[in-house]
Amino acid sequence: MHVWHFSEMAYHPAWPHMGETYRVTVPNRLYDPQIGADLYHRYLDEWALCDELGINIMTNEHHATVTCADSVCTIPMAILARETKKVRLLALGMPIANRENPIRVAEEYSMLDVISRGRIEMGFVKGVPFEISPANSNPADLMERFWEAHDLILKAMTTHDGPFSWEGTHFHYRSVNIWPRPWQQPHPPVWMPVGSPGSAIEAAERGIVIGTLNTGWARTPGIFDAYRKKAAECGRSAKLHDLAYMALIGVGRTREEGWRRADQILDYSRTSGIVSPQFANPPGYVAPKLAASAIAGGLNTARATRLQTRDGKPINPRTVGVEDAIGAGLVFAGTPDDVWDQLKAFYDHVGGFGHLLMMGQGGHISHDDTVDNLTLFSQEVLPRLAELG
Amino acid sequence: MAQTDPNAVPLEIETLGRGTPLLFLHGGDYFLQNRPFFDRLARRRQVIIPRHPGFGGAARPDWFRTVGDIAYRYLDLLDERGLDETVVVGASFGGWVALEMAVRSPARIGRLVLIDSLGVKFSGREARDIADIHVLSADELVRHNFADPARFAPDYAKYSEPEMEAVAADRAAAVLYGWRPYMHDPALVHWLHRIAAPTLVLWGAEDRVVAPDYGERLAAAIPGARFQRIAGAGHHPQIENPDAVAEAIEGFTAE
Repeated sequence: MHVWHFSEMAYHPAWPHMGETYRVTVPNRLYDPQIGADLYHRYLDEWALCDELGINIMTNEHHATVTCADSVCTIPMAILARETKKVRLLALGMPIANRENPIRVAEEYSMLDVISRGRIEMGFVKGVPFEISPANSNPADLMERFWEAHDLILKAMTTHDGPFSWEGTHFHYRSVNIWPRPWQQPHPPVWMPVGSPGSAIEAAERGIVIGTLNTGWARTPGIFDAYRKKAAECGRSAKLHDLAYMALIGVGRTREEGWRRADQILDYSRTSGIVSPQFANPPGYVAPKLAASAIAGGLNTARATRLQTRDGKPINPRTVGVEDAIGAGLVFAGTPDDVWDQLKAFYDHVGGFGHLLMMGQGGHISHDDTVDNLTLFSQEVLPRLAELG
Repeated sequence: MAQTDPNAVPLEIETLGRGTPLLFLHGGDYFLQNRPFFDRLARRRQVIIPRHPGFGGAARPDWFRTVGDIAYRYLDLLDERGLDETVVVGASFGGWVALEMAVRSPARIGRLVLIDSLGVKFSGREARDIADIHVLSADELVRHNFADPARFAPDYAKYSEPEMEAVAADRAAAVLYGWRPYMHDPALVHWLHRIAAPTLVLWGAEDRVVAPDYGERLAAAIPGARFQRIAGAGHHPQIENPDAVAEAIEGFTAE
């Protein structure tokens, strides 16, 4: 089992000033660059520590939001590619349907791969619906653009005989010839986050590693099953390391300490979905059948019932407490034994997976608590994960 | 519903009434609320109402993705049906389509009626001529679109599932064609002088999507065009005041 520490680099000092939305329209006068600089350095220190702890590193990006101040996922990676020496670096990732220039994405990932001497794993993400407005990208042909960008990036990274031409639907280049080429051959591993069996199938067809975020006890098995089934249909059996699951993790010397840390990290879940409805359902982002219920006013209801505990109790991510979040498989928390037991039960429930995306920092949890959380996890939980493959 | 030439991009067309034909090009949303207007117009003439490719359940080939493509398809339709000197009426997004037809083939259009049309940009880069309806809450959205939302905004609770899906498909299609540049063609303003047909520009006096002064600028940019406000109506005067719009069209086409 590979473990990756993930933080959204939240700018939480502005949270007390938020109104109906934490995204898209919040004015950046609420961002103090001096406080922001301290936070960036702090989060980078926590990632750098992971190199000593044997925990891999994961970044992501969001735009125009107080929930995530990492607006360019490859910038912290560029720092960490040199600052770390051992662990692997996953950006999950690059919103390639919202980036105007896929060649630039290929160049960024290739440079990172070479600087890190082959430690980059490259995520390509569809992006949540509220990324549409900041990027001003067309939601109605998003996935068509996503796959064209994906194909172009991989071709750019794997072509070594001089320029090639690309005249596609969305992207046009007469002379693609990236320097440097990547360190890893034929290219760094490709990941994408998925939230439904349908997108898991699309990833399985292409041998892409999937990461499931916030899918919990109820929705994860269907996604992993769909991936395994499709991979088998394509003539290969899905490996454990094709599947990743993200959980919020709070470890403590006592159960109380672990739960307190998890409760602070859970502010990520409580805030990240707070967005005005018109930004949560841009036209064309999902198929008309799904979009229809959102227009009719069912979006919030539909979203809310998607998360539930293993006993079938629906939970509201905006108000969820640690106990229910553990019940829903979103959080593993408590003593190292508690965390291991919860993780093992979840692992067995979903049929296994090879990557644990550990949100070890989120919300308001302090630097000291984060360091202790990561350190305890690496000392007391990580060694036991070897038996999970 | 009739299908035209199966080798062409298929069109889903509804034809109502009898008499002199009129081609109506619908807007990006609120299609079902046009029904009383269609019935009113069809009392005196034939009304041909295509669903734009990609809207509702109408097919759209992958390559077909600009308003210019829609315009060419309808110019083909005029040829296929032998429609000469036809009255073309376009509302909102459909007005943009009508403008793209009229600048491409001025001689094919008999008379042009634009109702709160989109498609043209007059102001500078930091001023919006066309409201960004996609940042509006559901409540703000209907207040931008209707002078009397309580009476004319759709009650989606009464819609069937297929009707709701058609609404979602309409909104997605409007975005596919008009997301960036937002609901206009930057060059179109420079070709409006090509429009040869007598043109009537009708505008809801309380339109908050594109304000009446935009309509006045549009009329001024089209040779000989006349501008007329429709009282008590927002962005869709044919929905909020179908009689006034139908009478204005009938008066104009009888001249």
